[in-house]
Amino acid sequence: MSQVPADLTYTKSHEWVRKLKDGTVEIGITDHAQHELGDLVFAEVPEKGRVLKAGEACAVVESVKAASDVYCPIGGEVTAGNPDLASAPELINQDAFGRGWLLRLRPAGAEASALLSAAQYEELLRAEGS
Amino acid sequence: MGRHTPLYDLHKSQGARLVDFGGWDMPVQYASQIEEHHAVRRAAGVFDVSHMCVIDLAGARAREFLQWLLANDVGKLTRPGKALYSCMLNEAGGVLDDLIVYFLSASDFRLVVNAGTRDKDLAWIRRHAQDFGVAVRERADLAMLAVQGPQARQASVTLLAPGDRERALALAVFAGVPVADWFIARTGYTGEDGFEIMLPGEKAVEAWLALNSLGVMSCGLGARDTLRLEAGMNLYGNDMDESTHPFESGLGWTVALKPAERRFMGREALERVLAAGSARQLVGLLLEDRGVLRSHQKVIAAGGTGEVTSGTFSPTLERSIGLARIPSGPVSQVEVDIRGKLLAARAVKPPFVRVGKSLL
Repeated sequence: MSQVPADLTYTKSHEWVRKLKDGTVEIGITDHAQHELGDLVFAEVPEKGRVLKAGEACAVVESVKAASDVYCPIGGEVTAGNPDLASAPELINQDAFGRGWLLRLRPAGAEASALLSAAQYEELLRAEGS
Repeated sequence: MGRHTPLYDLHKSQGARLVDFGGWDMPVQYASQIEEHHAVRRAAGVFDVSHMCVIDLAGARAREFLQWLLANDVGKLTRPGKALYSCMLNEAGGVLDDLIVYFLSASDFRLVVNAGTRDKDLAWIRRHAQDFGVAVRERADLAMLAVQGPQARQASVTLLAPGDRERALALAVFAGVPVADWFIARTGYTGEDGFEIMLPGEKAVEAWLALNSLGVMSCGLGARDTLRLEAGMNLYGNDMDESTHPFESGLGWTVALKPAERRFMGREALERVLAAGSARQLVGLLLEDRGVLRSHQKVIAAGGTGEVTSGTFSPTLERSIGLARIPSGPVSQVEVDIRGKLLAARAVKPPFVRVGKSLL
């Protein structure tokens, strides 16, 4: 079973969300997702200032095999894309919940309620048979 | 559920991720596709290619039949054991399949065709073999292992009886030899030295584990794809199919138009193409911007638009490479539409990598 840190929230499409102290959130893909994708060789992250809706494709991660969209768990304005991924997309494989983060954004409006707790996400992984 | 090779359970026990490939459940990767790729470039890896279809042809007119069936000329095969790469064409000159043919004896030849085209190929070959009195036998009893990499041949021969090893090591490139109930060929699809070994299915697990114990890494079809693309080799269904002819598929070198009197299936159509000039060509692409080339991306070239037929990230070159079909004519720079952005790519002549070395 892959790691599922208890202090994050998750989506059914295998993104994670971390609340930061300054009111912004950090977003990435889960350890399970990076494992399913295999060796990542390219990541395209959004530019600062882009306004994203919840559920919108906000980043692309490509493994040797295929490209996959990453969907924005929460709407808001991008405050940063991870600059390290341009030269080191493998950070997502190595540290999916840390140095492999994809973007940070300032949420617009109320917090989305559709996110899963760690326990709920673990339940989802079990249901998917992994 | 797809078809299984004799190594299916072993792949699962080794942690392979299995995917459908031409109706077969095949390992796409074990732990890391990139590590598997590097193992083949630097040491040795073993691939299960038992899903490919081995067909034995027997009959006094077997050579004559193949000279009619195939676009390359089996008449070039003068010594038993020698192999030839060829396209099998339809009447319109479209590529039904690409294959390897081995000359075994005056009346015996062996074909290895693609997994996804097995049924179509067998029906086509059987239909036309009748006219030549040639018997067609599918060898579903055989497994096939591709052992590839600079250390592959030395590792592989330890599977053989000591008295047989020299014969296998003495094989010329693109030649094969029967060794007891195995057939060892110095062929492959990676751009590295190595063997393809056809052996009874019930011996495959033992051979695979013996290779593993010699340090030969289990490799999936994912690494096989990046290796073949670096080596500039076409993949049937991606880079050519029934709707394309060899001259627009980078395969003109496999069409033997001499001797002029050899009639073969598709010849007349190809002669018409040559007389008019092929409108399209297959080129190698090297992406200069960041991103990954993938099949079906649109290519904008000076002479018009075309399409990426195969694309991937090259682990050896650490950048994206591909093949693309574009209008004929001199070409150096093109643009590729990747998710709405036009990225710069350079047209190059494949291969990109051979025997561990970049050719850029």
